[in-house]
Amino acid sequence: MRNVYLDHAAATPLRPEVLEAMEPYLRAEFGNPLSLHRYGEAPNRAVQAAREQVAALIGAQDHEIYFTANGSEANNMAVKGVAMMARSKGKGNHIVVSAVEHQSVLYAAETMAKIGFEVTQVPVDRYGLVEPQAVANALRDDTVLVAVMLANGEIGTIEPIAEIAQLVRPRGIPLLADAVDAVGRIPVDVQALGVDMLSLAGSQFYGPKGGAALYMRRGVRIVPLIDGGIQENGRRAGLEDVPAIVGLGAAAALAAQEMEQRTQHLLPLRDRLIARLTTEIPHVYLTGHPTQRLPHHVSVTVQYIEGESMLLFLSMQGVAVSSGSTCTSKALKASHVLTALGVDSALAQGSLLLTLGAGNTIDDVDYVLEILPPIVERLRQMSPIYPGK
Amino acid sequence: MYTDIVLDHFMHPRNVGEIPDADGVGSVGNPVCGDMMTFYIKVQDGRIADVKFKTFGCGAAIAVSSIVTEMAIGKTLEEARNITKAQVAAQLGGLPPQKMHCSNLGTEALSEAIANYEARVAAGEISPQQSDA
Repeated sequence: MRNVYLDHAAATPLRPEVLEAMEPYLRAEFGNPLSLHRYGEAPNRAVQAAREQVAALIGAQDHEIYFTANGSEANNMAVKGVAMMARSKGKGNHIVVSAVEHQSVLYAAETMAKIGFEVTQVPVDRYGLVEPQAVANALRDDTVLVAVMLANGEIGTIEPIAEIAQLVRPRGIPLLADAVDAVGRIPVDVQALGVDMLSLAGSQFYGPKGGAALYMRRGVRIVPLIDGGIQENGRRAGLEDVPAIVGLGAAAALAAQEMEQRTQHLLPLRDRLIARLTTEIPHVYLTGHPTQRLPHHVSVTVQYIEGESMLLFLSMQGVAVSSGSTCTSKALKASHVLTALGVDSALAQGSLLLTLGAGNTIDDVDYVLEILPPIVERLRQMSPIYPGK
Repeated sequence: MYTDIVLDHFMHPRNVGEIPDADGVGSVGNPVCGDMMTFYIKVQDGRIADVKFKTFGCGAAIAVSSIVTEMAIGKTLEEARNITKAQVAAQLGGLPPQKMHCSNLGTEALSEAIANYEARVAAGEISPQQSDA
């Protein structure tokens, strides 16, 4: 039995260099960055250094980086912050989102709908791609925000954000790109993309949980989610999680240095896993775009069986993966992403999500193909809807 | 998340299969929801003589199907119909709260199979004697 971790979309292991960078701030340098005495000095400098490291990774200025606890908070800060600012100025009532946004964007928009905003969801094609013109067509005179993710964590599809920005920005409407699944994996340059806001999370690229950020172009105005002290230029109050922020910065620096070699490592593994899964096991289908896709991302549907039962058997044999099936979701909801793609609801229940990382090898990929086919066959033999072959 | 009993029934489910000449067949749920169970029963002298199941669903669904078949065998139709989801969950050593609906599905599928048998008897398709043979 091998231990194979293939759920890097959920969490990634901490790089030793990241832990090393964090340690002083968990030990001797425990001070509050805002303290005026010497205990505040090193933490304060460290937070600033991390700010610069994160900015460098995405082509931003350091003062445009706002640290948050996670990607969901960054998304909420952006959506609710922009909407509430518009509301407070009596300007506009309309929000445009893609149909495949992460729940933190969709539900934040829904909460805004509860207080009177109108939300338009732009549909996607069968690969989960947003058509830039479709976004433009959805814009109204009272649109205050557009949110389209840079890449989708469930199906791996990379969206045409630069093209969308070209249609949205001339209208003076802020554009948010949730890049949580993309930053650290593919080159991301906020200038080239033309976005006004962008969310990222260190937990996706070998940094700690608790270290995430929202990029906000100078000039974007928000009502803060968290009021209180003056941290983050008054836009996100609260004592900074110094160790997590330092870890995020260190992870960002590593990602910037290693981007090329990470992609080189991941692509052949991803493509091998996709090819073997879809050709060696009957009735297995790739979801998301085949090529405009995150380099680490494999998502398939396995027909006639259900995801959680596959997950359990895989886990028992050492393989850790995820699924978008209803039963897997604690909320017992079918994947809104697969639904938006038009995937048949029954087929969507057989969703399997395998996300690669730096520690994976070709032996890991081949091990999955050793143990999964018998699992699938076993569950299909139990299934009332399996026609046999 | 799952008890050892649930995992045991998940890994070694009892009574998986179909009964081609079943006396009653009951199907509940559907793959769109993520859970579907089909139960096949043979009836003899007013008791469940044999039962098999096919299930599309999560670990809990498979475990529930398996244990319901164990609980049903040898029971009178009335007893079998009266098996509750609480009893099923108890036999499994408990189910996570969001999986309790699976235990409901299992008892429903069994009840459907019994109802199907009784309807077929009432319609003269099969006779109680025939299933006694």
